[in-house]
Amino acid sequence: MESKNNWKAWLYLAPVLILMSVFTFYPILNTFVISFLKDYNYINGASKGFTFDNYIQILTPAMNKYGNSGTMFEAVTLIGLPNTMLLTFVTVPLSIIFALAIAIGLNSIKVFKKAFQTFFFMPYVTNAIAIGMVFAVIFDTQYGIFNFIFGTQGHPWIYPNPQTNQPVNYWSAFFAICFYIIWHSLPYKILIFLGGLQNIDAQYYDAAKIDGAGRLKTSLRVTVPLLSPQILYIMITSFIGAFKEYNSVIGLFGSTGGQFDQTTGPRSMKTIVFFIYEQIAANKVQYASAAAVVLFIIILIFTGIQFQVSKKRVYY
Amino acid sequence: MEAKQKIETLEEQSYQGLVLVLKDDRHNAKQKARASKISHGVWLFFTYLFLTAAAIIMVFPFYWMLTTSLKSGAEIKRMIPTFWPEVFRWDNYSSAVSRLNFGVLIRNTLVVGVFSTIGTLLTTIFAAFAFARLEFKGKNFIFSLLLATMMIPGEMMVISNYISVSLLGMTGGKNLIGAYLAMILPFMISVFYIYLLRQNFKQIPNELYLAAKVDGKSDWQFLWKVMVPLAMPTLTTILILKLMGSWNAYVWPQLIATGNRDFYLITVGLRDTFNTAGNIDDYGAQMAATVIVTVPLLLVFIFCRKYIMRGVSRAGIKG
Repeated sequence: MESKNNWKAWLYLAPVLILMSVFTFYPILNTFVISFLKDYNYINGASKGFTFDNYIQILTPAMNKYGNSGTMFEAVTLIGLPNTMLLTFVTVPLSIIFALAIAIGLNSIKVFKKAFQTFFFMPYVTNAIAIGMVFAVIFDTQYGIFNFIFGTQGHPWIYPNPQTNQPVNYWSAFFAICFYIIWHSLPYKILIFLGGLQNIDAQYYDAAKIDGAGRLKTSLRVTVPLLSPQILYIMITSFIGAFKEYNSVIGLFGSTGGQFDQTTGPRSMKTIVFFIYEQIAANKVQYASAAAVVLFIIILIFTGIQFQVSKKRVYY
Repeated sequence: MEAKQKIETLEEQSYQGLVLVLKDDRHNAKQKARASKISHGVWLFFTYLFLTAAAIIMVFPFYWMLTTSLKSGAEIKRMIPTFWPEVFRWDNYSSAVSRLNFGVLIRNTLVVGVFSTIGTLLTTIFAAFAFARLEFKGKNFIFSLLLATMMIPGEMMVISNYISVSLLGMTGGKNLIGAYLAMILPFMISVFYIYLLRQNFKQIPNELYLAAKVDGKSDWQFLWKVMVPLAMPTLTTILILKLMGSWNAYVWPQLIATGNRDFYLITVGLRDTFNTAGNIDDYGAQMAATVIVTVPLLLVFIFCRKYIMRGVSRAGIKG
């Protein structure tokens, strides 16, 4: 019977294995190969052999000759990587802290709990592009509600001021996109943390109370450590997600990726993934591949670090 | 002095039965209870204050989207913004619908959404059944191999997949069936859903399987007559999340459909139609379009909240 099951099992798995071979396994290997091909032309499959050129071009200023509108080095190392890193290291910790605070708050109330939960979960089921466009209206330079509320009329966040031609300061645009990314990423984190909180045994809180621990101390010393498996899970998934930030940039700044005052920081909000898609559309797949491999290695390193740290700090 | 107080408290409480009186910082139990009640009240007040402020920030963009979608360009340009439209400009919606080319967008999104969802459900059911119920060599290896692909950024696959589909002539906006296939086939697999459904299938007791065997039912019959009906809640979750995914898909459909507006999915159409930066007169129609794209999602959320929450929170459980 066991042996009879054997070929049947492969039959059940066949659709998944065939589709994944074509659309997952082969592409991963192929992308690695393409990233090492010189002047690859995918339409006829021609290339001039293997090379490290693609990596050198995107990561070092050595071959600074490509294209009219800036170089590959500039696009990846001076714009894409800093944007990606800054967005990741600002939005992930902040959104985790906010989500934890909201989840702990939600867990400690009874009245209106369901209503609050609904409000906090709403941004999860929205379209990143559509809501990005709404945020662009909120942050409008002349008539945006954000500038009105904070009395900063005429301050450009997304687009330059059309009257004074005042360009967008990079950090203003950075603030706007961080605000949007955190807003959009909170619901999922709150939901996961709330699920974890509801599973914490009340006896831990009773013990903390008997020991005379205050509410804040209880939160920091009891709740957060007991929630550490969920925090680790959220950290890993949010870091991976944030390194791949793309839709939020398109939603907020449009398909140009923004245009900022160059003296204040990178001149657009283009991320690594933004660069990858730009290069695919421009048929420069070898640079897209090299950038994708770089992104993959960065994600691998950070995930590895987090697992190492978690061995010491996560309590199951 | 202290002793006297102690006796008083004892007397005060003795009629309530035997009471243990603990004295701490010169406060008796009653005072202590009152103090903790007050601090609890204060804490609760600030918790509600904080949650209300956070909830307002979370909901405000939706509110602003709705009001702006009904305002005229002149009203949007007021120096002091109005929080409720003075005149409801419903024509923003009709102009949004016609400019979006809405009928075509809906048709494309439905075709891609429905077929990729059916495909995903079928491949997921088969694979989850094999992993949960059948025995075969290399089962654990293949399962871990599938899970490992979840760690790899999708961009690694997108590049080669784009090359494949464009070599097959599916890109460039020339061949509608080809474009549909290119948008459906790569998305008929989800490792995460296979994992989710496998967990669900594993909870179905072995006795049911053996009983079905005794009754002479084949694996195939058991899968469709017993396992699938029992796993309906999980399958519904997958169905809803997958349909929502198609509605929100932007990156891949945008690459495939570039060059022909008639091949756009809804999100691609939305971004492409309203891509002019800072055109204030257009904000009304633009927000009307975002309402049109957002409202179906919110409706699904309201009516299928249970299923969505279940699928999302399941991800956080270790296992």
